[in-house]
Amino acid sequence: MANEFFLHRLNITRRHFMQKSGLALGGLALGSLLTKDLFKGNSLASIPPVGLPHFAPKAKRIIYLFQNGAPSQLEIFDYKPKLNEMIGQDLPASIRMGQRLTGMTANQEKFPLIGSQIKFSQHGQAGTWISDLFPHISRLADDICVIKTMNTEAINHDPALTFIQTGAQQGNRPSMGAWMSYGLGSENKNLPAFCVLLSRGKGNGQGVYSKLWTNGFLDSIHQGVQFSNSDERVLYLNNPAGSDRQDRRAMLDQLSQLNAHAFDEFKDPEIKAKIEQYEMAYRMQTAVPELTDLTKETDSTIKMYGPECLVPGTYAANCLLARKLSESGVRFVQLYHQGWDSHGNLVNEMTGQAKDTDRPSAALITDLKQRGLLDETLVIWGGEFGRTNYCQGKLDPKNYGRDHHPKCYSIFMAGGGIKPGITYGETDEFGYNIVENPVPINDFHATVLNLMGLDHEKLIFKHLGRRYRLTDVAGKVLNGLIA
Amino acid sequence: MSILNNNTKIRYVLWITFVSIFWYEGCKSDSTKQDAIPDIVDYNIHIRPILSDRCFKCHGPDGNKRKAGLRLDIADSAYAELKKHKGAFAIVPHDTKQSEVMRRIITSDTSEMMPPPESNLKLSAYEIKVLYKWISQGAVYKQHWAFIPPSPQSVPDAHGSKWVKNEIDRFILDKMQSKHLVPNEESDKERLLKRVCLDLTGLPPSIGMQDRFLNDPSPDAYEKVVDTLLANPHYGEKMAISWLDVARYADSHGYQDDGLRTMWPWRDWVIHAFNANYSYEKFVTWQLAGDLLPNPGKEMLLATGFNRNHKITQEGGIIDEEYRLSYVTDRTNTFGKAFLAMTFECAHCHDHKYDPISQKAYYSTFAFFNQVNEKGLVGDISLASLADPPKISITTDEVNSILNFINKKDTTPVQVMIMKDSSVVRTTHLLIRGNYDQPGDSVTFNTPPKIFPFDTNKFSKNRLGLAQWLFDKKHPLTARVYVNRVWQEFFGRGLVKTAGDFGMQGEMPTHPELLDWLAMDFMDHGWDIKRLVKQIVTSATYTQSSKVTDQHLSIDPENIYLSRSKRSRLSAELIKDHIMASSGLLNTEIGGPSVKPYQPKGLWESSTSGRGQLARYIQDHRQDLYRRGMYTFIKRTVPPPSMLTFDGSNRDQCEVRRTLTNTPLQALVLLNDPQVLEASRVLAENLSNESMTINEKLDKAFRLIVCRKPDEKEKSMLLPFYESEKNKLMHAPEKADQLLNAGEYQHVHVADKAVTAALMQVIHTIYNLEEAVTKT
Repeated sequence: MANEFFLHRLNITRRHFMQKSGLALGGLALGSLLTKDLFKGNSLASIPPVGLPHFAPKAKRIIYLFQNGAPSQLEIFDYKPKLNEMIGQDLPASIRMGQRLTGMTANQEKFPLIGSQIKFSQHGQAGTWISDLFPHISRLADDICVIKTMNTEAINHDPALTFIQTGAQQGNRPSMGAWMSYGLGSENKNLPAFCVLLSRGKGNGQGVYSKLWTNGFLDSIHQGVQFSNSDERVLYLNNPAGSDRQDRRAMLDQLSQLNAHAFDEFKDPEIKAKIEQYEMAYRMQTAVPELTDLTKETDSTIKMYGPECLVPGTYAANCLLARKLSESGVRFVQLYHQGWDSHGNLVNEMTGQAKDTDRPSAALITDLKQRGLLDETLVIWGGEFGRTNYCQGKLDPKNYGRDHHPKCYSIFMAGGGIKPGITYGETDEFGYNIVENPVPINDFHATVLNLMGLDHEKLIFKHLGRRYRLTDVAGKVLNGLIA
Repeated sequence: MSILNNNTKIRYVLWITFVSIFWYEGCKSDSTKQDAIPDIVDYNIHIRPILSDRCFKCHGPDGNKRKAGLRLDIADSAYAELKKHKGAFAIVPHDTKQSEVMRRIITSDTSEMMPPPESNLKLSAYEIKVLYKWISQGAVYKQHWAFIPPSPQSVPDAHGSKWVKNEIDRFILDKMQSKHLVPNEESDKERLLKRVCLDLTGLPPSIGMQDRFLNDPSPDAYEKVVDTLLANPHYGEKMAISWLDVARYADSHGYQDDGLRTMWPWRDWVIHAFNANYSYEKFVTWQLAGDLLPNPGKEMLLATGFNRNHKITQEGGIIDEEYRLSYVTDRTNTFGKAFLAMTFECAHCHDHKYDPISQKAYYSTFAFFNQVNEKGLVGDISLASLADPPKISITTDEVNSILNFINKKDTTPVQVMIMKDSSVVRTTHLLIRGNYDQPGDSVTFNTPPKIFPFDTNKFSKNRLGLAQWLFDKKHPLTARVYVNRVWQEFFGRGLVKTAGDFGMQGEMPTHPELLDWLAMDFMDHGWDIKRLVKQIVTSATYTQSSKVTDQHLSIDPENIYLSRSKRSRLSAELIKDHIMASSGLLNTEIGGPSVKPYQPKGLWESSTSGRGQLARYIQDHRQDLYRRGMYTFIKRTVPPPSMLTFDGSNRDQCEVRRTLTNTPLQALVLLNDPQVLEASRVLAENLSNESMTINEKLDKAFRLIVCRKPDEKEKSMLLPFYESEKNKLMHAPEKADQLLNAGEYQHVHVADKAVTAALMQVIHTIYNLEEAVTKT
């Protein structure tokens, strides 16, 4: 059963159980409370954390490949030849319609249109338009669902990132992964339900921050656990020099005995919980190194992700690690890759970014597919907003940049019950406004939760008198995206 | 208490029973409540929580979202003829059959059902019965308890109980007895001393203190300890920690590039204010409006830094006005939560759905904080501004003369952001849906009138007036909210559990009479914080043992009635303090710039944009490694990881209550953090060189860390463990070397490394005991 990992969760449930059944501690041996059988039966099914989907899920796990800094949709998925025809002409006011601009371009006298300087072609049976920047992804055109009509409310990185990751711009709300952990728990008792992996490309970068993987007002058990690129992959995981696994075992045995003695005196259930926390920590010490050890991966796998996947901390290595974590039952694996904020020198920067990410992203999808896991794993690729169809600063087709654009941008998804081989939504010929099937952030969240078997209106947590949801007060499931 | 007449008091107790059993069910609307229906149903106690939670969202204070023109939070409206159904009435007192509310709740016709099925809100059978009874008894509405000023309370008779020490205990015992609970005996002296030392100074008692207290048989031995601790300058540090959460204090600007700021002199002032025992009135008035007092001195200006601790953006390309207004919003929300325990933020975009805070009232309060001459973006990170205007510069001369509580380390003046209103009043507009670019009607300085009217004849129309408003003796919230938070600080949970929400959706007070008594007493004695703290820690309620019995677990598992002391894990900062102090490593210096102790490599580097002074974590060395936890540098976007693991705040916004969790990641920190290993090593080295038997050494280590002598059973476990470690390490000298290599602290020469390393292993085990980092 899914719910065994972090004991605090168990502990809360146990308290419920004892209150509900009116049992005093002495009435039931603690050991038996720690078994998974406790989670059987209806009496506990509806107690938060919910621990069960609301209906049959299509996806069991999510891997979110976040492209931090906002990659330009106009150079990847949103093909707009009109912009090439109109190069250098001013963005018509009838298209801009008073859209507010960031401080970086608000004072520009002109907004010279610029079309993609990277070639586009159609791919797969569906004829999906994808640019030459993404040759590997192009080959998977029939496996992915490109959404061209994502749109957001924020025009700056911090609020936009916070919005797409937590459902609100202002921060301190639980992130998507925390909600999944709260709603569904972990499938693996030795690993956290929500893991975070960071990497950075050479392009102009924007920082990431722990509030993006925060538990917000949920229990801290639902916080994203950040994997580092050092030889200590989870913070404080490694035993100190001079202390091996056997030494640690000896110490923990001693510790359990002493803590059990304290329990005899105080009868505080928290003491028993503490003993179990140490045991889980010990198990995690074995589970994590097994996962991060890439030596057992086959040559063909390594080849598929590219040689960079052997260098910890690269996007390629993180994609491979993401597969391993997900395969081991981690509910939500969140990657962030920095470097997509191309205000200038866009073609060069994006080429570099694409080189780092195209192959590993495609390899991840292929790898999951080969292992029969893609059906139950939802892969999401995308950033926090789009980029303008006009050039930031003076127009130079060899060295142009694009400012932030919230009204439309492109992402793609694959697996996990998403409709493959389609392009969803349409933008106008200027690539500025949405003309068909908009996907606001709240709808995106509602749809992703739906794929995971969760009703976005029922996954709620009451905090300071208010019921909170990932979709806050909005959101609708977009059935057109679901297979 | 004024909300309860004698008749309802007994019912109140019944209600509490039900709460205690279903405490964790608060999030659920469909819990099956099997309690007896009270004989007399009280609006505040029984009905309002139901109506507020299930009905007010559409039929409450928010005028824009109100459905069918019906509001159920006001009697006149609930009794009136329905706008949509002539001849029908939502509530007809004494007549459940004619009350449309009842019919709609019990109907099976989903098109008429209330709450509507799609809302996922449902009334339980118990709730329906209570509502039914309330209407049949006349559907009497009452004002929300928190908005009625506290009233004088008679202290219950203790009936000769020897347990009782002061007034607090009489209130507590009275309620406890009605629940058939018996208080615990006084805690053993060692554990009591540890508890009070940690609570008052955040530091464990030394062995000298332990011995003195154990050997002092005088009846006032404990009180002497309390007085000593209250006079100890570390008291100010301990009290400051939770205030820093309230004030969202941090060492970086937050947002995106997250550059360095220097607000630490303000933090030093907070410590000073607690130590000098400024009255709560002075403490808060200076922070809210020190700049508006007559001839404000520099200390008063510094105090106003409270309202500049919010996050400030340095992201190029933002829209200035959007962010300027977000700072004003933060101040307004912080004001609501910190001083009023009201969720003001809900009224930022619309009328509050539960509490009497209209959007207009929100922006009228907002107006007080909207007068600062400031910008949304002063300069991006490349300009590296440590303090944005308005600000003051504090010189070494000033530190040496008038501001000697500031721990300034060099001769460069330090800049601190403060509050200063511009000379021309800025017109404040209501912002439609909270959007910065959609101003609505203009508003004038005011506060939500239903909470407490803002009398412009009495109060100035500025932040000083706002402070005067807060400290009017008739104000229903200020004293209650603070007294409740101080109570929470010592008992782990407030008399009102939702310390940040005294509104309709908050929990009812568990001991309303005591809350009022404490609030009145606090005001009557000049808002004296130390006096309040002393009252609490010298009560029998506080000094009783924390042993848990079967009776406790069956009647009161959550310890609402305080028939035992609460065991609780130390907070993030105090865990570090405890480890530093018990090992002898602690640097007791107070205040100064925050420090960067050991931290796993690469954390700042892997998340930064690369810009600004905080792109890389440059660890400090020597004495700066051993400062108290509260001085650890807080970079908002990457808060100190071990602190976060132990539920420390990321200081993103005002927080009045931390959660307390128990996770495997916490075990990993205590097992593998170099700080813990180094402390174990240093203590082992020092003990190795003392001329004592091994038994005495183990005893001493145990007393330093657990703060009591080990019992025979513990001794019988520790010694063999030490022996087996010693044997192992004698045969593996390289392991002993590696273990003893922990940390940068200078090594002390030891005769036998295996012996010292074995001792270190035992000490490290003791640090990992549940009791070591727990207040018992």
